[in-house]
Amino acid sequence: MNGAEVVLECLRREGVEVVFGYPGGAVIPLYDALHKVDIRHILVRHEQGAALMAGGYARASGQVGVCIATSGPGVTNLVTGIADAYMDSIPIVCLTGQVPRPLIGKDSFQEIDATGITLPVVKHSYLVRDLAELPQVIAEAFHIARTGRPGPVLVDIPKDVQLEAFQGSLEVDRATLRSKQPAAEPDGASLAAAAELLNQAVRPTLYVGGGALASGATAELLAFAEAADIPVTWTLMGKGAFPEDHRLAVGMIGMHGAAYANYALTRCDVMLTVGARFDDRVTGKLATFAPEAKVIHIDVDRAELGKNRWPLVGVEGDLKTVLQRLLPRVQRHPERAAWVTQVQDWKAQHPLVPHRVKETGEIRPQHLLEQLNRLTGGQAIVSTDVGQHQMWAAQFYRPAEPRLWLTSGGAGTMGFGLPAAIGAWFARPGRANWLVTGDGSLQMNIQELAVAVLERVPVKVLLINNGYLGMVRQWQELFHGRNYSETWLSTVATPESPRISPDFVKLFEAYGAVGRRVFDDADVEEAMAWAAAVDGPALVEFVVHDEENVWPMVPAGGDTAAPILEPEGVDA
Amino acid sequence: MSSLNGSGPRTRSHTISVEVENRPGVLTRVAGLFARRGYNIESLAVSTTERPDTSRMTIVVDADDAVLSQICRQVGKLIDVKAVNDNTDVAVVARELALLKVACGSADRPELIQFCDVFRARIVDLAEGEMIIEVTGNRPKIDAFIKLLDKFAIIEMARTGEILLARGLQDT
Repeated sequence: MNGAEVVLECLRREGVEVVFGYPGGAVIPLYDALHKVDIRHILVRHEQGAALMAGGYARASGQVGVCIATSGPGVTNLVTGIADAYMDSIPIVCLTGQVPRPLIGKDSFQEIDATGITLPVVKHSYLVRDLAELPQVIAEAFHIARTGRPGPVLVDIPKDVQLEAFQGSLEVDRATLRSKQPAAEPDGASLAAAAELLNQAVRPTLYVGGGALASGATAELLAFAEAADIPVTWTLMGKGAFPEDHRLAVGMIGMHGAAYANYALTRCDVMLTVGARFDDRVTGKLATFAPEAKVIHIDVDRAELGKNRWPLVGVEGDLKTVLQRLLPRVQRHPERAAWVTQVQDWKAQHPLVPHRVKETGEIRPQHLLEQLNRLTGGQAIVSTDVGQHQMWAAQFYRPAEPRLWLTSGGAGTMGFGLPAAIGAWFARPGRANWLVTGDGSLQMNIQELAVAVLERVPVKVLLINNGYLGMVRQWQELFHGRNYSETWLSTVATPESPRISPDFVKLFEAYGAVGRRVFDDADVEEAMAWAAAVDGPALVEFVVHDEENVWPMVPAGGDTAAPILEPEGVDA
Repeated sequence: MSSLNGSGPRTRSHTISVEVENRPGVLTRVAGLFARRGYNIESLAVSTTERPDTSRMTIVVDADDAVLSQICRQVGKLIDVKAVNDNTDVAVVARELALLKVACGSADRPELIQFCDVFRARIVDLAEGEMIIEVTGNRPKIDAFIKLLDKFAIIEMARTGEILLARGLQDT
């Protein structure tokens, strides 16, 4: 058994069933050993696709995603995908080849300091200099990735270590594996303080982040919100943690959150923040964010408590456990019902954009997401890219369960969507699988369409084509005097002369998939149904108005309590 | 969490002691974290300890209480970090060593020697027109000594950064 075979046997012992990777000089031994174990390898077309597929796999399943790349440019191509996982606390393990030990530090061919270049965006990393350590390192890498606050771990393995004969034992004493996690039992005094503050609250609001999904605390969250009668808001990453059709469900908060959700969050007296981190896209200007709110902050990562906003009460712990312990201590405040009614009134008064069908039959992007919602019943895995389409999808798609909404929140990685959707399909192949994307984002990792075609991944691509880098164009319109500097991607579109840059339908056909282009709102329903019925990947491209905006909006650094609603006349 | 409340923006020097695994790359991880989160390191001393698998970093930072708390928590998240202790308000023995090369003609020597006596500094090299002085002590003492030498020309200076141990049986 050589080092490469040790790696694969260790992966098998961690329960890995599928890995995403791309061969190269420094991982040839690993690929030589690959088919000796029962692990499926998905051959990507770019290493960034491998890291993002591993991320998509992890996001959809909660299991650790695994990717493989060679040294040098193989590693640098992974970096964006690793950073993406880091920012959203997604557990992935990246295995990279390194030049042989005697060549390290000599500027050898395809030598890059892998642990160095990834240092700021990994939870931990290893350069394996001693083959005897390898079983321990692999086991610890998975342990670190999945425990505490999850995150990416990189294991860099020199080629000569992969080739060396292994004499030792594969057994690992799991008690020796390091990780940073809070105590199994949360601090009793903090729990008591949290319960006391919450029970006095007349206008409490829950602020739910991606940590609720990472912790698997969605059932506890539902029970808790109902027991205490607290309206629930969520972040972009918290979508799916709470049922959106529930009486207490309010909506997504933040820059493009619903106005009523931002009102409910910023006008509360006690803010119960669970698995969220007061990101600037949520808070706007931090100094004026919910000034009257007393904050209770529950997080698995104690460094989040007080990082951006001081909590009056901070509770360090796994959210699932903390909510279980808090549940018997909370009571319904008698005056709280009025607050719940107030929030519901805001919801009725300030609905999301009243996006009428235009007389021209022009397609409204918001319609597309509502139709997707009707078509799938919220049961599909929906991945997005980054930009306007992502925000429309976040506003209008209603995932029926946790882990059906996959989006790049913290990093905002254009090109995330297609590989994430493919990775998610390998985790949950039984689910309908949709990608909502834009004409900018889709081209950033379009090469992975080859993987979808060859591996028969039936991803349905809902492309909202406005010819622009729409979100940047929106900022240019609103804040830079409509100076659309370098954001126009296309040619002018008419049914006779469609936007071509590229011709996405032909592009899909070139890869061996199928596609349709739609101009008229009346054709939307039928086109989506067609795509859903295709056996394999399919594109439905919707050409929309080139200056459609996402509303409401809290400008960067603005006041979350006062979002800009859709301006009068925009819809004329 | 009470320590997080009511903290003002006033910054001061804090000395934190970080016990780390004695592995390659640990210094980079800690230093990189300080750099990317914008924390100011005033001094950093790294050395082995009584245990061969453990190194100690003694880091002096200029921060307010809130930032100090963040520093300790963020550093504590690193897998290779075993323990982080803020020694700011702990009884400690703290020492730093400085070497100062001072321009000095024969007329200045008596006064310099007198200063050295008061600070229990030692003259470790003497040549025509310059001398090298070694001084040890805590940071305020060294700062005071350097200030005193301002009236002479300091040609070169090197400081080790402060190291410390908690007094008594308390862990550093």
